[in-house]
Amino acid sequence: MSPDRQAPGVRHVSLRSGVYADSVRLMQVSRHVGALPGVGAVLVAMATPLNLELAAGMGLAPDGDAAPDQLLIALSAGDEQALAAAVATVDTALAAREDPGEARAVPARTIGAALADLDAGSALAVVSVPGPYAVAEAADAIAAGHSVLLFSDGVPVEHEVALKRAAHEAGVLLMGPDCGTAMVSGIALGFANAVRPGAVGLVAASGTGAQQVTCLLDAAGVGVSHVLGVGGRDLSAAVGGLATLDALAALDADDATERVLLVSKPPAPAVAGSVQRAAAGLTVPVHSAVLSAGSPDLTAAVEALLSDLGVDVPAWPSRPGTADAVPPGAVLKGCYAGGTLADEAMLIATPVLGAVRSNTPLRPDLDVGTNLAARGHVVIDFGDDALTAGRAHPMIDPTLRLEAVAAIADSGEPAVLLLDVVLGYGADPDPAASLAPALQAAGLPAVVALIGTEADPQSWSRQADALSEAGAAVFASNAAATRYALDLIGDRHG
Amino acid sequence: MGEPLGGLLSAPPAIVAAGVEAFSAAARGQGAAVTDVAWRPPAFGDPADLTQLALDPRRAAANRTAVERVLAAGSLLTDVRPAREVLGLPDRMLLHAGPPLTWEAASGPMRGALLGACIFEGWASGPADAERILAAGEIALEPCHHYRAVGPMAGVTSPSMWLWCLADPVHGGQAFSTLNEGLGKVLRYGAFDAEVQARLGWMRDVLGPVLQRAVARRAGDPVDVRAILAQMLQMGDEGHNRNRAGSLLTLRELSPSIVEVDAPAADIAAVLRFIGGNEHFFLNLGMPTAKLAMDAARDVPGATMVTVLARNGTDFGVQTAGTGDRWFTAPADTPVGLFLGGYGPDDANPDIGDSAIMETYGVGGFAMAAAPAIVRFVGGTVPDALATTERMYQLTLAENPAMQIPVLGFRGAPTGIDVVQVARTGWLPQINTGMAGRVAGTGQVGAGLVQPPQRCFEQALAALAAESRAAR
Repeated sequence: MSPDRQAPGVRHVSLRSGVYADSVRLMQVSRHVGALPGVGAVLVAMATPLNLELAAGMGLAPDGDAAPDQLLIALSAGDEQALAAAVATVDTALAAREDPGEARAVPARTIGAALADLDAGSALAVVSVPGPYAVAEAADAIAAGHSVLLFSDGVPVEHEVALKRAAHEAGVLLMGPDCGTAMVSGIALGFANAVRPGAVGLVAASGTGAQQVTCLLDAAGVGVSHVLGVGGRDLSAAVGGLATLDALAALDADDATERVLLVSKPPAPAVAGSVQRAAAGLTVPVHSAVLSAGSPDLTAAVEALLSDLGVDVPAWPSRPGTADAVPPGAVLKGCYAGGTLADEAMLIATPVLGAVRSNTPLRPDLDVGTNLAARGHVVIDFGDDALTAGRAHPMIDPTLRLEAVAAIADSGEPAVLLLDVVLGYGADPDPAASLAPALQAAGLPAVVALIGTEADPQSWSRQADALSEAGAAVFASNAAATRYALDLIGDRHG
Repeated sequence: MGEPLGGLLSAPPAIVAAGVEAFSAAARGQGAAVTDVAWRPPAFGDPADLTQLALDPRRAAANRTAVERVLAAGSLLTDVRPAREVLGLPDRMLLHAGPPLTWEAASGPMRGALLGACIFEGWASGPADAERILAAGEIALEPCHHYRAVGPMAGVTSPSMWLWCLADPVHGGQAFSTLNEGLGKVLRYGAFDAEVQARLGWMRDVLGPVLQRAVARRAGDPVDVRAILAQMLQMGDEGHNRNRAGSLLTLRELSPSIVEVDAPAADIAAVLRFIGGNEHFFLNLGMPTAKLAMDAARDVPGATMVTVLARNGTDFGVQTAGTGDRWFTAPADTPVGLFLGGYGPDDANPDIGDSAIMETYGVGGFAMAAAPAIVRFVGGTVPDALATTERMYQLTLAENPAMQIPVLGFRGAPTGIDVVQVARTGWLPQINTGMAGRVAGTGQVGAGLVQPPQRCFEQALAALAAESRAAR
């Protein structure tokens, strides 16, 4: 459009005194009126020299003198009717009140922005965005002086080391990566159970291991102060226990914590040494529940801690199963959601059964790879990264595991099923609802390690009863469940 | 020693969560105070680059150093002198806005301004002659930014033009800008006709010398330009598209000294009338004020803060504190807004001018909440203006305590754009701007809002990550 366009048809040019509106408002009015049908050029503006020049260029100059404090209304239209409508619209547009609108909060798009707006002394950042983006979010929190629970997986170990070093420098803790379980001052985060508050603090490199330990302590009437997850790789040589050492020091300084339990898989030897030295230097007694071929199982570690506390070891909750007809030559088929629980089952079963094969084997030569239907004694960890790519964890989505149970039954291989069911926050709201019918349909002897508490949203006893009614033997202790399954097989062997 | 882990174990912590909503819900169900982040994947950038910068141990301290220099920088009006003297600008050289540019690539308003400057300097007898010498490469073209100068719109600066000379007493920097010509058909919007030439001649012969002598009279008590910028934010200006209060404050500061200059009363009156009649007179003082602050933050290795946003009418250019004088450029977008008289969107040239230095400094579009009128250029409401500033806080490293926004409870303006935050939030910096006609000689056609092309920030991010890797 050219400013020199000559106005077609009829014109209206007037000046008004005593009317002021700012230039932005007037430009809006001009545009509004210019959009009316039959209207040509429009200039509604204060009569400044610049605007008078513009009006002249449009062929709409006012007659006579104009002053800058006058409002110039200059427009052209195709006919008198459109012109009159346009002039009337100028008046209504000038009189219109702007809708004040609603004040809108702008949500924070990063952890850093959210922390900047937070009016709280101590905050915990919980990061579960996809792995490639997780480091930046975690780094935000550390830079702002706050601890992080990094749930995301797929974080390279060198980034984990860098974050943990930065956290140490900042005097905060990086829990993770791939940290699924934590409990801080009574708030359960990720996959965790509703346990009573108490004096035992956990440093856990294993999520389901920590859940087993806290649930057994709860069953014994002993509560938990905090569960500080450190990520499964923390005690590797590459990471060197950076978060474990910080977590131990923090629990040592915590008034609520009177005993510390360190839950992990076997650490790298050099790391084990430095952790032991650090633990020995603390005021608070440190127990360990480290799963290895020669070490006690998690339940035994809990029992040792209870005796140290002077607490009687209770009869761990259980429900009887109906399995009394185990065929000769039956094999152990472990179908686990928790990696540490699967490890514990294999560690207990291996001395009895000999080699147990797995997708997460104790020895590389026992690897079944992707063959979940391998014959013989097999324990599958359905929570392994290779099986959770593109789907939810088996603690949330049971589909893959239920399909495997059906496939074992269909294969005709005589077997005893050993499964874990992990209750608590974040887990399947009613796992027995799908598992009980699946076990009934499979028709195989079944043993379930049911990890949870009465206070969990799913209720331990409600789930236990449902599974027991379906014929499964149910144990609060995974070690006890494993030994029961071995006994079933052993009875037939014997 | 304080509490372990900053008090994390002393009481249920406030939780800030990004990612899986079920975790937030579970924590909330236990009575925890949970703030959910509206997280989304970064708008651009290789995740490995973002991670590299997030983990660069230099970055936090470097950004703090950079932005603290920005906040500390002062701006005193020390002199008014011709560009030839103060910049050593030789004959047959012109400065222009934005990143480096050739005549061939120059847009209409830039060409118009270059033509007009050649005529003004007497290097060409008229537009055709000027076009000939420019096309023949007889006139050297350099960005204002390469000479510590900033120019609004085309930003064309020639040796005979008088410049505001500003000094940062804290860091010792200097910055320069031409005298503002007013609105409408003016050189910086690409107009070059006789009226433009006459005004430039008067500015050279009367306005510049009078201002020089007036400023000299204030030698012991130089005008604190940063203080004017701070005041005008509390008077409805944002320092880029609205400079009304700032221009009047400047007039108030300078008029006694102007009146005392030994010059014909008619000249004094003309100078006062000219300043009083130009609502953007302050812009050319605000811009070098911002330039002083951003130059103070140059060359901080590891810093990911933007030091320059500038456009030449063809390309948009970005520089950062961590990458020195390197330009990251991409084709400039065209502003959206309202038009003068009969002009419309087809008449607008792509984004042009060094004036985005105001946003780089944290005012202009970043202080939109201080001047809600501006947001109406794009049909927005007062809450839109507030939301714009709120978004900019998430892109920036600090709040400038000297530049307060009354409606936000006198919160400091969001200052120091972090390239990493631009990528992670997906929000591009908000710039308020004038619009030049795309045809050389037209002048101003409107005003509105614009954003930099994302491509500039993509390049800057990649370069910062590469520098970070090389520094290890």
